[in-house]
Formats: sequence, structure tokens, C-alpha cells
Amino acid sequence: MIDMSLPWWGWVLMGAGLAFFLLLIIVSIRRNHGVKRSLFASPYTLWMIIFTILPVVLIGYYAFTDTNGAFTLNNFRNFWDSNYESNKVIMQAMGEAGAAYVSRGTVNVDTLVYSLWMAFKCTVICLLLGYPAALFMADRNMKLGPTLVVLFIIPMWMNFLLRTIAWMSLLEDSGLINTLLKWLGFSGVQLMYNSNAVLLGMVYNFLPFMVFPIYTVLNKMDFRLSEAAADLGCNSYQTLYKVIMPLSVPGVISGITMVFMPSVTTFFIPRMLGGGNTMMFGDLIESKFLVEGNWNVGSALSLIMMVLILISLSILRKADPNGEGGGIA
Amino acid sequence: MMEQEHLIDLKDISKDFDGTTVLNHINLYVRKKEFITLLGPSGCGKTTTLRIIGGFEYPTTGQVYFEGKDITDLPPYKRRVNSVFQKYALFPHLNVQDNIAFGLKIAKVPKDEIRRRVDRMLDLVNLSGYGKRKVDQLSGGQQQRIAIARALVNEPEVLLLDEPLGALDLKLRTEMQLELKSMQQRLGITCIYVTHDQEEALTMSDTVVVMNDGRILQIGDPKRIYDEPANAFVADFIGESNILRGTMVHDELVHFSGYDFPCVDAGFGEDAPVDVVIRPEDIMLVGEDIGQISGVVKSVLFKGVHYEMMVDCGETTFKVHSTIMQPQGSRVGLSIVPYNIHIMKPMSEEAAK
Repeated sequence: MIDMSLPWWGWVLMGAGLAFFLLLIIVSIRRNHGVKRSLFASPYTLWMIIFTILPVVLIGYYAFTDTNGAFTLNNFRNFWDSNYESNKVIMQAMGEAGAAYVSRGTVNVDTLVYSLWMAFKCTVICLLLGYPAALFMADRNMKLGPTLVVLFIIPMWMNFLLRTIAWMSLLEDSGLINTLLKWLGFSGVQLMYNSNAVLLGMVYNFLPFMVFPIYTVLNKMDFRLSEAAADLGCNSYQTLYKVIMPLSVPGVISGITMVFMPSVTTFFIPRMLGGGNTMMFGDLIESKFLVEGNWNVGSALSLIMMVLILISLSILRKADPNGEGGGIA
Repeated sequence: MMEQEHLIDLKDISKDFDGTTVLNHINLYVRKKEFITLLGPSGCGKTTTLRIIGGFEYPTTGQVYFEGKDITDLPPYKRRVNSVFQKYALFPHLNVQDNIAFGLKIAKVPKDEIRRRVDRMLDLVNLSGYGKRKVDQLSGGQQQRIAIARALVNEPEVLLLDEPLGALDLKLRTEMQLELKSMQQRLGITCIYVTHDQEEALTMSDTVVVMNDGRILQIGDPKRIYDEPANAFVADFIGESNILRGTMVHDELVHFSGYDFPCVDAGFGEDAPVDVVIRPEDIMLVGEDIGQISGVVKSVLFKGVHYEMMVDCGETTFKVHSTIMQPQGSRVGLSIVPYNIHIMKPMSEEAAK
């Protein structure tokens, strides 16, 4: 039996909405004009309101209220000083004398800084690996190019949890690599449960998001431009950094955006490959909501994250004002 | 012609692309300060020839010589030639000035000299003051001139131009043709020009190379190409013509369209099949009874300078150009001066050789 747990009025509401939409279509088809075209967008607008705008509003609400629903900035103080609540208790109980026992809990800020640093490293590595890959893929003289494109796409068809868990079975102490090493007579290496393993997982998961925007831009590029460069005296390296690289900047920016943004908010990968030794901001937010059940602080952290992302987005948008990279920037 | 005067020599050049032959054993030389045009329909191999000279394609067989030295293996950036590309290929990330200066910067020319030479080039192409503009802010004609300036500023031995005027409208194209030609003469530069526009080729060139199907059909100065086409294809491609099958009765007498016509060609043998080419403007419309052949005007088209009339003479229909219009349906006589009748070996026989 399927549990149709929606109450009866929910079904009625949905049915009414659908009927209204169909009516709208029929009316405007019959009259051909008169009904505003923008009305057709109403289901999507509704969707956006329910699943994007409303959650953001809710996050804003929780971030600025305490558990009783009263306005407070304590959630943000908690971000800056995770001992804020306990420090307050100490100061209340001991007065000035308590100052000696008060210390700032830096775990939240540290986690954010660590996340940004990891995301930065991940982005740089993805760029260094991805740019040459994109170059090979877009090179007209490389017969392997199209194959490479497919090889990059195939892993993306799999869920990223599966891909991450697959890395575990490669890296763990009894995993493929260590088994092979031991079989060859070496002693095993600790590959998992450190930040390098996390970085590896991130790079692996986000690399395609760097490669494809760059590939798209390079592929669209007029190949005569590199011929013109050669004609004017450039050898292939000069052609690369005088013509191809400057022209691929939109793709690079798009790639950076699409790697850096999700990298900062990475979660799950640190838990699997880092084994809880490392925590990223995404994991922190997740634990605030699901482990501590502290929605208010969790929302405040989310809001801080969101503002950071918006700031970096606007900076990146400045560098690519036409949005030629075809990405989300 | 002495070998030393040849700037570029193509020796037995062939090019295959995935099994299709694009160039079929081409031999060609280019003299210093010459304006030479490769002319032919699209797909005839003219652009490929140019790209082989520029170093962008590697010939399947044969060698390219530059001043007597084999440069077949030399990459483009080491060749003393510069190109003007079909769609200009200006660098969109650089402004006009930096586009022109590109080659000089690569060659590490001192900065003040770069500025001087770029300014002089902008002057030459009548675009001084445009240096700071972005490339996409320019019109097609301006972009085209920047492309020429970008190539010329490097003072190349040879300038390669691949249909550089193709994207311009007729008036601008005619202007640019004259401008380009006078620039070439002033600077004394060697130009290899590719076009499918026969008028352009005849206007600008010292030498025209007519190509088709990867072969060179005729090389000569424009007047010779026009007046004495080597075969029916050249005659048809260069200007308009009436091309007829005929028979050489004996020397200086040819039979076509049911009549015998005196001509000036000889040496084809007796009763030999030939192609007869007559330019439409070489046919005179005369009174019905004094013409060599008579017919009925089937259609009249006004073409600006002249009228184009189709005259049905029974066996054949002649295309006639005349400044005097004969009304449709009227009977006219046609008269052709012997030296305006061009006799050539039939195309099929030519190809079999």
C-alpha cells in the first residue's frame, strides 16, 4: 500500500490549481490573445516561491530570532564565539572575576576559514588539471578529444555519494591501493581520514564543473585566431598565453564559480573521506540542524555562507560582465 | 623568366584531405612585387594553395620554395609572410592599436618604434585616431583595413589575402580594391590574393591563375586570360560567353550552329571537334539579311550599361550584349568578326591529357 499521507484538502488544492492552469491554456488558445503570456509562468513562479524564496525567508527569520521567536543577534555572536552562551553564564555568575575563565570558542570561524582554504585549494587544483584537459578536448587536431569529453561526462551520471564511497574502497587501509602496495612488499599507507583525502574527493567531484565551461568557450573560439597568431610570429606557447588564454577567461571564471561555490559548502565528503577528523562548513551547518537541533544558529551560519557566496559571485561577475562563460556567474 | 626572380616556387604540390584530392600536382611561381590572384569556384583548391604557402597546411607531396630555399617544413611563425584572413580574425580581446602591434610585440621591436609604425599604418589605412577603439566597434570595412594593417606592419615579403573583401558590399568592395592595389604598388609588396570574383581578379592582378578541381587551368595577365581563355571552363568562368560545340572544317574556317564561319585559328586539323567561345559583346546585331546568321530575339534584359538579349538562331541560342536594344520578337542578323571567334580543344580531350 502506498501511504497517501497528503490530507484531503491538499489533493483538492492541487487539483484546483491544475484545473485553473489548464483552463488558462484553453482560454488563451481559443482567444489567441487577451490572456497575458506571463500567466503561463505562474506554476513556475509558485514553485520558486515555495521552494526558493520561502526557505530563504525562513532562514532569515530563524537566524534573527531565538528559540522563543524573539529578535536577537545572539546567533551571529555564536558564530563568532561558540562559547558565547557559556561565557555569558560565567560572567553572570562571577562578574569581572569570571573574565579569566572566559575564552572565545573559535570552532565556527575556524571551520569557515578551513572551508574557504580547502575550496580555494580545490579550485586551484581543478583549474590546473582542468584547463589542459579542456585544451586537449577542444583541440581540432586531437582525434581523442570527443572520447575525452565522454569520459569526463560518464562519472557525472552517477550520484556523487556513490562516487565518494567508491573512493573509500580505493583508499581505505584494506582498500585496493593498500592491498596492492602490500602485495608488492611495501608497508601500507594511511591514505584516508586526513584533509588530503578530502581534497582528493572534492577535486574528483568538482573537476567536470571546471572542465566543461572552459571546454565550451574554447570550442566556440574561432580557430583562425590561433592561425592569425601563428601568422604574426607566435609559436604555440605564445599563441596559448597571448590569444587562447585571454579569450578563455569567461570560461575560466565560470569554471571557478561552479567549483568554488559548491566546494565551500561541501559536506558528506569530509565525513566519508576525512572520517570526522576534518569538518567543513557544510558539515557544521548540517550538524547544527540535524545533530544539535539548533535551527537558529544553523540558519545564522547558512546566512553568513550565503552572503559570502553572493559577494564572490558579484566579484566574479565583474570579471565577466557579458556572462560569456555560459555558467551561473 | 630567370629562376632568381622567383620569390615563391610551388613544385608539384598535392594535397589530400581524407582521401579526397584537393590539389593535384600544382606548379606555380610568384615573382617579386607581383600581384597574383588565384581565381576559381569554391572548392577549387585556391584557399588550400594559399594556406600551404602560409604554412597552415602541409602538402601531401611537393615542396614550397622561398627565395630558392625549401620552406615546406617551416612552421607559419617562422615564414616571412603575413596573412589577411577571410573573416579578418582580429583579436577580440585587444583594441585596434594592440591588434596591429601584435606581430611587432612578438618580434620584440622597441616600444617607441612600435608606436611609430602602428601610427603610420593607421594613417595608411585611413583610420588614424581609431587606435583605442575596440575591434567589435568597427564596421566591416574598417575591420578589414585593420586586418590589412596588422599584416602589413610587419613588413612581410609576401602578403597573403584570402577573399578579404568577400564580406563587404559592392561599393565598399570596389573602393577597397583600388585602395589595396594602390597600397600594394606604393609599398612594392608581393601579394597573393584568393578570390572567386573574376571581376576583382581582372581589376587588381598582374597575373591571374585560374583553378578548378585542384588543377591550374591557365596562368596569364588579366587581358590574356580574358581575350584568350585556354579552354571553355576559363572562358565561362571569366566573363560571360557563348560556348558552342563546333567542327574545324580546315584552318581558319570553323563550322558551328549550322554555318561556316571564318576565324583566325589554325592547326587543329581537318574536321576536328572543337569548342567555340564567343563573348556576348563580340556579337554584332545587324540587319536580318546582312548578318552571317539570323534569328529571333527571345528575351531582353536591361543590365545597366548594356542590354542582354537572347537570340534564337534555330540550332543555338546566342547571348548578345549591345547598347542598342532590339525589341523582343524582332528578327535580327548576327555578325562575328573572325578574331573574336575563339577556338579551343574540347574540354574532355583537355582533361584526358
